[in-house]
Amino acid sequence: MLGKLSWTAVPFDQPIPMAASLFIVVGVLSMLGLTTWKGWWPYLWREWLTSVDHKRIGVMYVLLALVLLVRGFIDAIMMRSQLAIAAGSAQGYLPPEHYDQIFSAHGTIMIFFMAMPFVIGLMNFVVPLQLGVRDVAFPVLNAISFWLTASGALLVNISLVVGEFARTGWLAYPPLSELQFSPGVGVDYYLWALQISGIGTLLAGINMVTTILKMRAPGMTYMRMPVFCWTALCSSMLIVAAFPILTATFGMLLLDRYVGMHFFTNDGGGNCMLYVNLIWAWGHPEVYILVLPAFGIFSEVIAAFSGKQLFGYRSMVVATLAICVLSFMVWLHHFFTMGAGADVNAVFGIMSMIIAIPTGVKLFNWLFTLYRGRLRFEVPVLWAIGFMVTFAVGGMTGVLMAVPPADFVLHNSLFLVAHFHNVIIGAVLFGAMAGYNYWFPKAFGFTLDKRLGAVSFWCWLIGFYLAFMPLYLLGLLGMTRRMQHYADTSWQPYLIVAEVGAVVILGGIVATIAQLVVSIRTRASRRDLTGDPWDARTLEWSTSSPPPAYNFAVLPQVESLDAFWAMKQRGPVATAERYDSIEVPRNSANGFVTAFFAVVTGFAMIWHIWWMAILGVASAVLTLLAFGWMERGADEVSGEQLAEAERARLHPMEPA
Amino acid sequence: MIAIMQLARHARYCARPPRLRIFAALPAACLLVSCRSAGVLDPQGPVASAERLILINATAIMLVVVLPVIVLTLSFALWYRASNARAAYEPNWSYSGYIELVTWSIPAMVVILLAAVGWIGSHELDPARELQSDIKPLRIEVVSLDWKWLFIYPDQQVAAVNQVVIPVGTPVEFMLTSASVMNSFFVPQLGSQIYTMPGMTTRLNLLAERSGDYPGLSANFSGDGFSDMRFLVHAVPASGFETWLAHTRGEGPTLNADAYSRLARTGSDTTVRTYRSVDRDLFERIVHPPPQLAAAPRTEE
Repeated sequence: MLGKLSWTAVPFDQPIPMAASLFIVVGVLSMLGLTTWKGWWPYLWREWLTSVDHKRIGVMYVLLALVLLVRGFIDAIMMRSQLAIAAGSAQGYLPPEHYDQIFSAHGTIMIFFMAMPFVIGLMNFVVPLQLGVRDVAFPVLNAISFWLTASGALLVNISLVVGEFARTGWLAYPPLSELQFSPGVGVDYYLWALQISGIGTLLAGINMVTTILKMRAPGMTYMRMPVFCWTALCSSMLIVAAFPILTATFGMLLLDRYVGMHFFTNDGGGNCMLYVNLIWAWGHPEVYILVLPAFGIFSEVIAAFSGKQLFGYRSMVVATLAICVLSFMVWLHHFFTMGAGADVNAVFGIMSMIIAIPTGVKLFNWLFTLYRGRLRFEVPVLWAIGFMVTFAVGGMTGVLMAVPPADFVLHNSLFLVAHFHNVIIGAVLFGAMAGYNYWFPKAFGFTLDKRLGAVSFWCWLIGFYLAFMPLYLLGLLGMTRRMQHYADTSWQPYLIVAEVGAVVILGGIVATIAQLVVSIRTRASRRDLTGDPWDARTLEWSTSSPPPAYNFAVLPQVESLDAFWAMKQRGPVATAERYDSIEVPRNSANGFVTAFFAVVTGFAMIWHIWWMAILGVASAVLTLLAFGWMERGADEVSGEQLAEAERARLHPMEPA
Repeated sequence: MIAIMQLARHARYCARPPRLRIFAALPAACLLVSCRSAGVLDPQGPVASAERLILINATAIMLVVVLPVIVLTLSFALWYRASNARAAYEPNWSYSGYIELVTWSIPAMVVILLAAVGWIGSHELDPARELQSDIKPLRIEVVSLDWKWLFIYPDQQVAAVNQVVIPVGTPVEFMLTSASVMNSFFVPQLGSQIYTMPGMTTRLNLLAERSGDYPGLSANFSGDGFSDMRFLVHAVPASGFETWLAHTRGEGPTLNADAYSRLARTGSDTTVRTYRSVDRDLFERIVHPPPQLAAAPRTEE
C-alpha cells in the first residue's frame, strides 16, 4: 500500500537529523498556524499563491531563494565544523553517511534552489519592466514554472524528515548513484526533485526567450535593450538548450534505477562516463545561466550609480553572446583526468581559456564605466566593487584549471572547491545581492536600510576570503574534496580559519535578515514616491514603485539606449492626453494545484507507491487541461481609471 | 519487473546502516598515514615538478593582468566617488575605439600565451605517455575497491593492498581500473591523477626521484568509506625494491579468485597487506568480469 514507506524512514535513532526534522516540522506548522490564526489565507491565496503577475512571481522566486540560502548555509557551516575538528584520529560529530548527505544537499540546494530561483526571480521581475511591456509572454505558464521549482525545493526538504537525501555529491555520478551502490531513496529524492524543478526551469526559459524576442516596447530594438535583458536572453536561451539534456540524463538514470536498464551501470554494456559527459554538457552552460544575469545586474548597477552610460555597450553584447555560444564547447574540462588523450584535453583546455577573453572584456568595460563617472557608494555598488575584485581572482584560478596539466594536480581538490565558490559566491551571489538591494525599492516602494546592507556586504566579503583562501592552499597541499575526516593534522589550522570565515558569513546572513526586518518596520520613513530612487537609466524606473499590475499606463516610446535617462533629459514627464483601457490577466490556481500534484507524484515515485504516483500524474495532467480549456477572460482597467492613477502619480499636488 | 521489486525490498532493508563498521576501522586508519607533506607544492618527481612549474608560470602570466585590474578597480572607484569634486565627470562618454582594441587584445594575448602552455603541457604531460628513461619501466596494475587500493605487479607476480613500493629513478607505468565505483588515483607529490573507472583501463606514468614515503589518496568521491581510501607510496632504492620483492614472495597468501572476492567485499579496510603471488590474468578479469566475478550489490551489513 505504501511502497517502501514505513516508520523506519523517520530518523528517530539519529539525534542530529531528528532535531533538524523537528525544527523544520515545528517551524512549518507554526507558520501555517500563524497564517490561519491571523486570517491571512484569503489574502495570500488571492494576491500571491494564484498570482500570474510577473512581479509577484519574481518576488516569490527571490523569497524561495533566500529561504533556501539559509538551509544551504546551515549545511555549509555543519561541514566546516566537521572538518575543523575531524583531524588525525578524530572522526568529528558527523558520521560519513550523514556528512555525505550534507555535502550533496548543500550543492544541490545552493545551485538549483538558491542561485537558480534568485536569478530567475530577478529576471522575472525586471525584464518585462525594462522592456517596457506589461507582462511576460505566458503569465500562467510563469506561475506553473515557479510552483514546479518550489515543488522540487519542498521534496529536497522532505527528505530531511522522511527518508534520506543522496550521498553521491551534487551531480550524482554513476555508478555510485546506481541502485547497486545507492539502494536507498536518497538518489530518488535527488532525481525527482530535480526532474520536477527542471521542467519548471525549462518552461521559465521558454517564457523569457519568447518575451524578449516578441514583446518589447515600441522602438526598443535589440541594440536598445538594456544589457540585463541581453544577459537574460542569453541565459534563457542556454536554459532552453541545456535543461533538456539534464532531463534526459536523469531520465536515463531513473530508467536504470527503476526498470533495471543499463545506461550507466557497470554491467550490461552501461558506461558511467556517458553520464559524466552528458551531465556536464548541461552543467557547464548552467554556470553561465547563473553568471550571465549577474553580469547584467552589475552592468546596470555600475552604470546607474556612476551616472554614466555603460562603456562599450556593443562589446558587452558581443561578449555576452560569445560566452553563450562558447559555454557549450568546454564541458570536457570538468574531467580532463578521464584520460581522453592529449589532443582532446588540449582542445577543450584552449576552448575554456577562450571564454576568458569575452569575460575579461566585460571586466574592462565595467572598469571604464567607473572611469570619469560619479560613483555613489550605495549598497549595490559595494557588491559590484567587491565582485570585480573577487571575480578577477576567481576567474584567474578558473583559467589556471583550464590548463590540463595544472588540472591533473588540482582536479577535485579543495582548490577546485575554492575556485567555484569564488565565482558562484563572488559573481552569482554578489550579483543577486546587488540586484536585490537595487530593485527592492521598485518592488515594494521603499528602500532597504543602507547601514545594515553595508554590514551584510562586508561580512560576506571578509567571510568569503577567510573561508575560501585557506581552501586554495589546502588544495595545493593535496587535500581532496568530500573528505569526512583527514589524517594530516597540519591541515587543521587552515580548516579552523575556514570555519571562522563561515561564522563571519553567518553574520552577513543575519545582517541581511535584519536589514529586511528593520526596513519593513521603518518603511514609512523610507518610502520612495518618485519611482526612481537611484536616478537610474532604464525603463523600470519610469513607472511607480511598486508598479501597478499593468506596469505602464502607456507603453513607453523608446528612442535610444538608456531610454528613461533620455526621457529625463528631455524634461519632466507629463500625463498623456488619453488612455486606452488595458486588459490584465486574471489569477489562476493552475500553477499551485499542478505543482501540488507534482509533489504527490514525486513523493510517490520516490517511495514506490505506484497507485499514488498514477493518481498524482493523472491529477496534474487533468488540472493542466481543465485550466487550459477554461474560459478565464481578463480584468479590464478603463481609460478613466488609468488617467486618474497617472495624474495622482505624476502630479500629486494638483487637485483633480 | 520481479527483479526490481526484489531490489526495492532489498533497498528498504538496508537503507540505514549501523555505524559500527566505521568505528572498527578507526585505529588502522590512524596508523596508516600520519606523515605530513606539502603536496603539490613539494614535487618529488619529474611529472610533479613540471606541473608545479606550469602552475607557477600560468599564474604569473595571468597576474600581470589581474593585479592591475584589481588595483585599477579600487582606484577608479575611489577617485571617481561622487564626493570627489576634483574628479572629471563625463556622463555621455561611453565609447573609445582605442580602449576597445586594448580591452579585447589584452585578454586575447594572455590566452594565446596560456594556450601555448596548455597545448605543449597537455602533450608532454599526457598521463598515458611513457617517461623518457634508459631504465625499463616497472608495470603496476591498480584496482580501486570499496574502499581500498589493490596494487598488482604483473611482471613480478606479487600484489599489495594500500601500499605500493617502487624503485627510485625507475619510470612506473600504472594501468588502472575500478572494481566498483569511480575513483581517482592521486599521489600529489608525484604528479598527475587519473580516474579509475569500472570496465575501463586508464594509464598513468610517474617517477619518483628521491626515496621517501608519499601519501596517495582517492580524489573522486566513492561512498561512505572514501575518506579512508589512502595509501602510501614507498619509493626505495633499487636494492631495497629487490629486498622487498624477495620478502613479499616469501610470505603471505596467494591472490586467487577466492582471496580476491574476499578482498573486494564492501567495507573500509586500511590495513597494509601483501600477496606472495597473483593469478596471472586477475586484472584482465576485473576489467572485463565474467559473470561470477561481477560485483555483488553493495550490501551494508
